[in-house]
Amino acid sequence: MFPINETMGQYSELFMLLAAGTYTVAFIAFAWDLAKSSKALRAIDLKAAAAASATATAKVPVGAGVGAGGSVERADADADVDRAASDVSGPAGRAERPSSATGRASKGAGSGAGQTADGDMRYAAERRVPARVAVALTVLGAVIHAAGVVTRALGAGRVPWGNMYEFLTTGAFVAVAVFLLVLIRRDLRFLGTFVIGLAIIMLVAASVAYWTPVGHLVPALQSYWLIIHVSIAVMSSALFTLTFAMSALQLVQAHRQKAIAAGGQDKLGFMRLVPSALSLENLSYRINAIAFVGWTFTLMFGAIWAEKAWGRFWGWDTKEVWTFVIWVVYAGYLHARATRGWTGTRAAWLSIVGYLCVIFNFTIVNQFFNGLHSYSGL
Amino acid sequence: MSERVNDKKKPAPQKTPDNATATPVANAKAEAALPALGIKGMLRWAWTQLTSMRTALFLLLLLAVAAVPGSLFPQRPANPSIVTQYIKDHPEYGKILDSLQLYDVYSSAWFSAIYILLFISLIGCVVPRAIAHYKAMRSQPPRTPARLSRLPEYGTLVIPADAGIPASRAITDAAAKLKKRGYRVDVRGDDGARPSLGAERGFLKEVGNLVFHTSLIGVLVSVAAGGLFGYSGQRILVEGDTFVNTLVGYDQFTPGTNFQSSQLQPYSIQLDKFQITFDRESKGKFGQPIDFKADVTTRETPDAAPEKQVLKVNDPVSLGGTSIYLTGNGYAPVVTIRDGAGNVAMQGPVVAKLQGDNYYSSVVIKVPDARPDQLGFAGFFLPTAFVTEEGVSFSGDPELINPQLTLNSYFGDLGLDAGSPQNVFELDVKKLTPLNARNLDAGGITLAPGSTYTLPNGKGSISFDGVKRYIGVDIHHNPGQLYALIFALLAVAGLVTSLYVNRRRVWVRTGTHPDGRTMVEYGLLARGEDHRLAAEAETIRGLLTDEWGLDSQKAPSGTVDNGPADTVHAGSAPNEASTEPRNEDFIQSTAGSAESKKDQ
Ligand code: HEM
Repeated sequence: MFPINETMGQYSELFMLLAAGTYTVAFIAFAWDLAKSSKALRAIDLKAAAAASATATAKVPVGAGVGAGGSVERADADADVDRAASDVSGPAGRAERPSSATGRASKGAGSGAGQTADGDMRYAAERRVPARVAVALTVLGAVIHAAGVVTRALGAGRVPWGNMYEFLTTGAFVAVAVFLLVLIRRDLRFLGTFVIGLAIIMLVAASVAYWTPVGHLVPALQSYWLIIHVSIAVMSSALFTLTFAMSALQLVQAHRQKAIAAGGQDKLGFMRLVPSALSLENLSYRINAIAFVGWTFTLMFGAIWAEKAWGRFWGWDTKEVWTFVIWVVYAGYLHARATRGWTGTRAAWLSIVGYLCVIFNFTIVNQFFNGLHSYSGL
Repeated sequence: MSERVNDKKKPAPQKTPDNATATPVANAKAEAALPALGIKGMLRWAWTQLTSMRTALFLLLLLAVAAVPGSLFPQRPANPSIVTQYIKDHPEYGKILDSLQLYDVYSSAWFSAIYILLFISLIGCVVPRAIAHYKAMRSQPPRTPARLSRLPEYGTLVIPADAGIPASRAITDAAAKLKKRGYRVDVRGDDGARPSLGAERGFLKEVGNLVFHTSLIGVLVSVAAGGLFGYSGQRILVEGDTFVNTLVGYDQFTPGTNFQSSQLQPYSIQLDKFQITFDRESKGKFGQPIDFKADVTTRETPDAAPEKQVLKVNDPVSLGGTSIYLTGNGYAPVVTIRDGAGNVAMQGPVVAKLQGDNYYSSVVIKVPDARPDQLGFAGFFLPTAFVTEEGVSFSGDPELINPQLTLNSYFGDLGLDAGSPQNVFELDVKKLTPLNARNLDAGGITLAPGSTYTLPNGKGSISFDGVKRYIGVDIHHNPGQLYALIFALLAVAGLVTSLYVNRRRVWVRTGTHPDGRTMVEYGLLARGEDHRLAAEAETIRGLLTDEWGLDSQKAPSGTVDNGPADTVHAGSAPNEASTEPRNEDFIQSTAGSAESKKDQ
């Protein structure tokens, strides 16, 4: 057992505060990006509408300088067609659906001016200065945050996830890190306000409500299973955080698309920056699938650890109950994606409900429910 | 799935009119049988419903909801006494909840009904799927579609005439390449003018899905088997004590439904020493235990050689098919009690039950062998005794810095002779006469190690000889858990396979252009979720261009490409193809051969 180093612990707290401050600036930059881009896109839209008033919108040559207005609508039209097809034909029909159709639709649009996040969520050529600033700040915040997590680990002489304070600070770091990692391959910057906002909330909650000085672990937590089980749980939760944000946006976007398709006013201009509901659904499905595998491991390793620590691998302890509930809800989500009439909006709701269960399991269950897991260091 | 079931039952209703025309008797019989058919039909309908994907989804969500109350209300299997207390505390609805089985959620009729239905649905789902998949795996890839350009991924290649690769050779080349890439390939009409091939791969996806779902059944059965054939029990061991794995060796024993006492292997385990490390570093948690370590000596069988082992939290000892877990600990003051006659009526450690911080523990001593009167003691043990100004004593530290035993004493009939079991941690003083208590003249008893107190009225004496530690161990035998683990691992393997293997079909068709060029078109189709289909199309294209030594004819798949510009510039037909790609037969529009029309 390593000795405790309280000075390190104090450094860690300082880093956490600095990280939270940096994230706050990044958050503002992300919000600025949303506002600015939506304004720019709107201007382009108006121009495009004027220019293309003679031609049918669907025939507007996407990516030929006309820009986002045309391509977004094009993607929307695709989405509608796809959705209609899958509604009619169910799983079999879905299986035959051209899976890369949306990707292709927007490929041509890749170079379009003003196009931000395309259906494939690849980066477009256009530069968004506020978004770049925001990402740079997020990277800086994550580096400071990492220093906070590492010094915490050094201060406590063990992995930094042994109590609520540490779950929150380390969990927020993993969420941001996963977000940044995904950003390398996909332009999910439209999720920035969401993810960074959540990270700030977690850091503040940790420092205000759950602050705990560095300390040793109770014997029940001294096991390599703590390292395995909790780290996988935290990583899966980080992925669920992303898909939660995407599913929430998907609902808003689907609503907006429907309103626009019905000839209504576009009241949610800032959603221009966000890809079509179908693209959101497809990507969040893929992330959810990874996270579900992770959660399956969380559940299994938890059971193995429970067997080691308490002599039974499953006892319907409150924490176990909620871990199971989360698993079943996401299994339901995966089923929904293959069930006629349950794709799209309903699946998104399941993804959201699943995430609410994750939050509930972490906050309420840890604090207010008695069980064998009640040693979260409060 | 539902369609398939519907198909099978068609013949059944037709029987009725046949019978009806035969004889009046048969007619009557048929009438009588009608309701039966109705029931049969209804059962079939119910089965179709039950095994539908929608029902599976519904039952899954219902299962999630049904599991929740078990975390809201106290559960009997976890702690029966809390349930009893809860019912007492909530007289308005405590009983009602009980009648709804809300204190036994996970063995309740409604919870069981949901998961049993779910698993029946699962079986009804997996079996037909497995059969269908077995057939699919043994049949050839589906026939080449007339228009490959309609497939989600589509592309074309042109082999120049001077390369000397005819259409038939091109198709065998493509077949070889695809085979190497793991496709199952079937070549059609390679002696004709328009040879084609169908290829398929990724059968493992469906296999993974089936393995996953079947393994879930395996997990459920293993858990059930564990409940039938397993057992568990508890025992407290003071340093020096030995536990022998027989029914009488347990303080508490919970057998599984099918338990037989012959299952118990009579191994033994002796607690030699128990050590605790307390936190002396951090301010917030000063004095909290951070390490428990029990040195034990075990024997597999009564006459086996003894073996030294270490028992720790998170690190059980395995013995005789059971696992032994360290689940509790505390202090056991050692006392000697002499009765009124001067004889030693009791001598040994007394297990003190934890009550508060720093091992503040309660002590109950019953001395049924004392004469002329039985003696009883009740009080507290404090490892580091402190007394506040108000006279309240507490323990200042978990370590034995200033151990103290404070007791009241009683004499009379302990009521043990009646034979009814008593809680060893409680002393019923109703029928006893107090000897020592703070409010009596004699006062309470306060003992430090090594000291002796003589009871009033010549009732005897009590000596506090020293302090030992004790541990609580749980002993479990669960024959199902290994199988549960195996099935769980299988399930994960199946899950990952099912999610990440992609089932794809590829078709290639070739033809010869009148000018001698060989035209190749290919199309890809995914079954199920597959976001990498475009990448696969690109890879296959790359394989084929390498094979035929074509310049890397870079073209995004899905758009028609007539090869590098230098091969195309000659004719006007390719230009046509590029303007209206999706609705034309590529080879036909460029090659325009008579045979190709016959194909369609
Ligand atoms: C204990 C209950 C069940 C659980 C936990 C469960 C879980 C899952 C999961 C996690 C998946 C996605 C991974 C994969 O494709 O392998 C899945 C897929 C699937 N399940 Fe289940 N399932 C259950 C019961 C059922 C039942 C009763 C049916 C049949 C009615 C069923 C039919 C399917 C089908 C057809 C798929 C493939 C969907 C696709 O093509 O994406 N499952 N299941």
